[in-house]
Amino acid sequence: MARFDFRSLPAIWTRELIIFKRYWPGVTFTAILEPLVFLFAIGLGVGAFVDEIDGMKYVVFVGTGAVATAVLFSSVFPGMYNTFIARVFQKVYDGILSTPTTTAELMVGEATWISARTAVYGSVPMLATIPFGLSPRWSMLLVPFTCFISALGLTFLGQYISGVVKVIDSFSYFQSALLTPLLFVSGTYFPISGLPDWFGTVSNVNPVYHCIELVRDSCFGTLSWSSMWNVLALGMFAVITGTLSIRTMTKRLIT
Amino acid sequence: MVHDPALAIRNVTKRFGDFTAVDGLTLDVQVGTCLGLLGPNGAGKTTLMRMITGQTGLNGGSISVMNFDVTSQSRQARSILGVCPQQDNMDDQQTARENLALWAALCRVPRSRRKQVVADALETAQLADRSHERVTNLSGGMRRRLLLGRAFINSPKLVLLDEPTVGLDPQVRSDLWLMIDRVRRSGVTVVMSTHYIEEAERLADDIAIVNHGRIIARGTPQELRERHAGLEAVEYFGPTDVLDEIAAKAANAGLKSRRAGLSISVLGVEKVSSELLASLGRHSRRPTNLEDVFVLLTGEALDG
Ligand SMILES: Nc1ncnc2c1ncn2[C@@H]1O[C@H](COP(=O)(O)OP(=O)(O)OP(=O)(O)O)[C@@H](O)[C@H]1O
Ligand SMILES: [Mg+2]
Repeated sequence: MARFDFRSLPAIWTRELIIFKRYWPGVTFTAILEPLVFLFAIGLGVGAFVDEIDGMKYVVFVGTGAVATAVLFSSVFPGMYNTFIARVFQKVYDGILSTPTTTAELMVGEATWISARTAVYGSVPMLATIPFGLSPRWSMLLVPFTCFISALGLTFLGQYISGVVKVIDSFSYFQSALLTPLLFVSGTYFPISGLPDWFGTVSNVNPVYHCIELVRDSCFGTLSWSSMWNVLALGMFAVITGTLSIRTMTKRLIT
Repeated sequence: MVHDPALAIRNVTKRFGDFTAVDGLTLDVQVGTCLGLLGPNGAGKTTLMRMITGQTGLNGGSISVMNFDVTSQSRQARSILGVCPQQDNMDDQQTARENLALWAALCRVPRSRRKQVVADALETAQLADRSHERVTNLSGGMRRRLLLGRAFINSPKLVLLDEPTVGLDPQVRSDLWLMIDRVRRSGVTVVMSTHYIEEAERLADDIAIVNHGRIIARGTPQELRERHAGLEAVEYFGPTDVLDEIAAKAANAGLKSRRAGLSISVLGVEKVSSELLASLGRHSRRPTNLEDVFVLLTGEALDG
């Protein structure tokens, strides 16, 4: 196994940048619209009945949670679909691996690009919540970083899934069995404290939960030493899914 | 002075499950020569090329590219390789120029030289005026020229061309031959697989015939012909039963023959009298060719 060479990454980003320049309106539209729909529909709709949660306006609670929705959608899905299409339909990865680039560099290059993009998309719902009563503060500047490390693990997860399935239609199983629970058992739309105790324990393995915790603590100025645990958990998640992704894709791409 | 070969393949084996695709294959390619790999479908040509680029693992043996071992020094090996795959793997949605620029970056061409190498490759591929066209809008021949131009972009020391002209019309094919011939003349080592005899005869200094994952014959086109098919052949036309009879008589006279549809070629006829040949029927005489050798050795006809 060749040592990881960071000099391979700019070329991977170049490819993504070329594609992005062409498709950014569509990509950006969906990435931003979906979480905003959640924010308005649920935040204002349910907010009309529920006044406050954990001492904050419901719309603010959901608005900060929608950051994680945006992160999940704009990382896991490109991880799954883009990777599958490039590998299976276009054979682009086959070409790339005949140059001095390794599978690990290819996957990390793709994931860092998608995560950087997600750092931007993820921050949009937060900004959109400001007019509804979220007061700006300096620690909010940490949110893009939180989005980035969360997206890293989730993109790797998407890549891993794309390597596991045989046909692209199988993605829907993962969507309903894995991604939807990740989203709902994370504290996006209601606090986990309302669920049975064991959910609290389970949520510790849910990266979306750690993402939301960090985002809310950054937005409300409640960051503390225990936030380090959230960062660490997201880091561990990325290492685990990254390893899985690279292993699986190597098996698929190197015969 | 003896140079190390540009490509040294030693006793290499590749199995897919129970199936052995490459079977103890050994092959040397000297620096600055062009080797033509001829073999029927499924012979293992693509598998061999993918092993050289490190995209297929070896179950046994070793391969080195300019003394870089493809297992332990794959990255170094790939950095001096140029690859034109059998299956087009360009980014459809990107333009010709973007594809080349990306390739230059992937191949670690220094940033300051990229613009120039991309322009050169577009020139070589005769696509300078279509450089902003998306690849999906290019014709099959243009795509292939681009793919070939891409393979040369990092000034490789060894280029692997896997059926570079497959499925193209004669005009495009001869354009591509010009491109290949130009790099070959510049001293680059070329390994090219093909189904086209003419392509092998025109470009290759040396031919290796592959079948069932093994090299079954190796030499210059001239050597292979003389060794396996003799110098001259005669062709007879007729219905199957007549051809059967001719085959039997030729075999009696110690001559090899091969069938192609409604004709039979009797090979190495310079060794026998013209009366014998006339007694078998009306015929036409021609020099033997690589196709004779190929069919004799593999028992399969070539396309093209
Ligand atoms: N990934 C794989 N899994 C299983 N079998 C494979 C795989 N790749 C190749 N093979 C088998 O190995 C054999 C050699 O294939 P290869 O593609 O190397 O042949 P080839 O000489 O390039 O043929 P062609 O002229 O048709 O391109 C074939 O029987 C093929 O089915
Ligand atoms: Mg092949």
